Amino acid sequence: MTQDPTNQIGDPIIELTGATVAAHQNGDPPVLENVDWTVRSKEFWIVGGLPNSGKSDLLTTSAGLTRLISGSLRLFGSDASNIEGDALSHYRSRIGLVFGDGGRIFEHLTVLENVALPWCYHHNCTVNEALPQVAQILEATGLEFLAGRNAGRLSGSWRQRASLARALVLRPEVLLLDNPLTGLDPRQSTWCLQFLKDLAHGHRLYGGKPLALVVATDDFRPWLQPGRKFGLLKEKHWIPLSDSPELFLAKEPLLEDLISKIA
Amino acid sequence: MNLLPGSLPQSYLNYTGHQLLALGKLARGLGAFSLITLGVTLSKWRTSAHVIHPLIREQIWRAGIRLMPIIAFMALALGFTIIGQTVSILNRYGAQNYAGTVMVIAVVRELGPLITALLVLARVGTTTVIELGQMRASGQVEALEALGIDPIHYLVVPRVIGLSISIFSLTVYLILIALFSGYVFAFLQDVPLKPGQYTTQLALALRWEDFVILALKTLFFGATIAVVTCYEGLAKPLRQQEVAQATTRAVVYSLMLCVLWDALFILYLLV
Repeated sequence: MTQDPTNQIGDPIIELTGATVAAHQNGDPPVLENVDWTVRSKEFWIVGGLPNSGKSDLLTTSAGLTRLISGSLRLFGSDASNIEGDALSHYRSRIGLVFGDGGRIFEHLTVLENVALPWCYHHNCTVNEALPQVAQILEATGLEFLAGRNAGRLSGSWRQRASLARALVLRPEVLLLDNPLTGLDPRQSTWCLQFLKDLAHGHRLYGGKPLALVVATDDFRPWLQPGRKFGLLKEKHWIPLSDSPELFLAKEPLLEDLISKIA
Repeated sequence: MNLLPGSLPQSYLNYTGHQLLALGKLARGLGAFSLITLGVTLSKWRTSAHVIHPLIREQIWRAGIRLMPIIAFMALALGFTIIGQTVSILNRYGAQNYAGTVMVIAVVRELGPLITALLVLARVGTTTVIELGQMRASGQVEALEALGIDPIHYLVVPRVIGLSISIFSLTVYLILIALFSGYVFAFLQDVPLKPGQYTTQLALALRWEDFVILALKTLFFGATIAVVTCYEGLAKPLRQQEVAQATTRAVVYSLMLCVLWDALFILYLLV
């Protein structure tokens, strides 16, 4: 298997050590225990697991949205386990999180306003002043023709794409995507896969610099590519898999379920 | 279930205890939410002004300017039905010299602020809970946080400032129309009260405290309605089916707190 040029050791962006991950709904028992996981720059992680295995919770925790029950979270080399307020907000703006199932787009705003909002908020400017940055993102994501459309009236696929555009406008250093292909038609899926591949290899939005990506999925099939890193959530545990899809398919019996789709 | 008569006092005590605990929990939650909102308002006044200030203007439009027709209608109704009749009755007993005093007590101190607050609560407060409740239930609030946007700063602060300014302005607007329409009604009933006498009575009855209390009361009403409706919409994770219940709770709590504030201001005036 040839090594992808982007797969080189980079600086750590997200580091979870001995982490017990809380369920998003308060009061539920922990969804993951003793997670040791590091996401470095330029890495492309695929995190698999059955539904309700804690994939979304792992992503929201990594993005600093949900507090750990125990263990530590370091973001960009600094301890982020107990910080809050503006410091946490600063870290969050450096991490792009694209939620699944329609991307939680702001339904009362247009697509343009959705994408412009984070930029305007963090740079204290009007939508008109943010237009050059926003136009770049809309053009790259093929959303120009929907710019003036109310986001609440978009189909799920386009909402998901608008959510991706919104997450990219601040040029995050890592992009976390929760089941990005769920509900997409084949054309949209193909576009999404290619776009993420371009981001991982160095998109012109980033001046050709590779972007670190983490994709949570319950279907490994579309993501089996060399140079990517794979992990599995199983019975509240994090299992890092071999970088080689062929090897981990042979070694991990639990993957039968996921892999029955894959094989 | 124990249905023995002897168990009733115990069950009443339990019920009362539960209600008191729930009230305490609500007061603590609302207090904490109010303090956080106040802290964010003061500390982030200049932060992202190009985003937040237009939202404040939007709230003033929604809770203020757009409500001007219905407030005018209520003011006319108030003037015709209550003030006009009161002046007419006072005249019947030869007490028309007290018309100004009655106007100030009834309209400026009591009915004006309260009626305006209730109308804003009905028209805007309920919408706020539904909007924010749905945003919370659909995960849009979490999406704001993920983008590094403080939901209190983006969603709550504009509503608190917008509603406070709106209720103050609308109250002044309502009072002016009510006082004018009340006089018109009295005039139509041939009450021998000249416009000059009427305005002089009003001016004599008004004290400087009335202006201060009117401003404070309306600002408190606005902030209370905004904080309570935002609290019910945002503070707790909601499911879609819980949004309607949260709206009802917000209306009841806002109403109770506005009446409570009103009572406290009356006490201050009486003492």
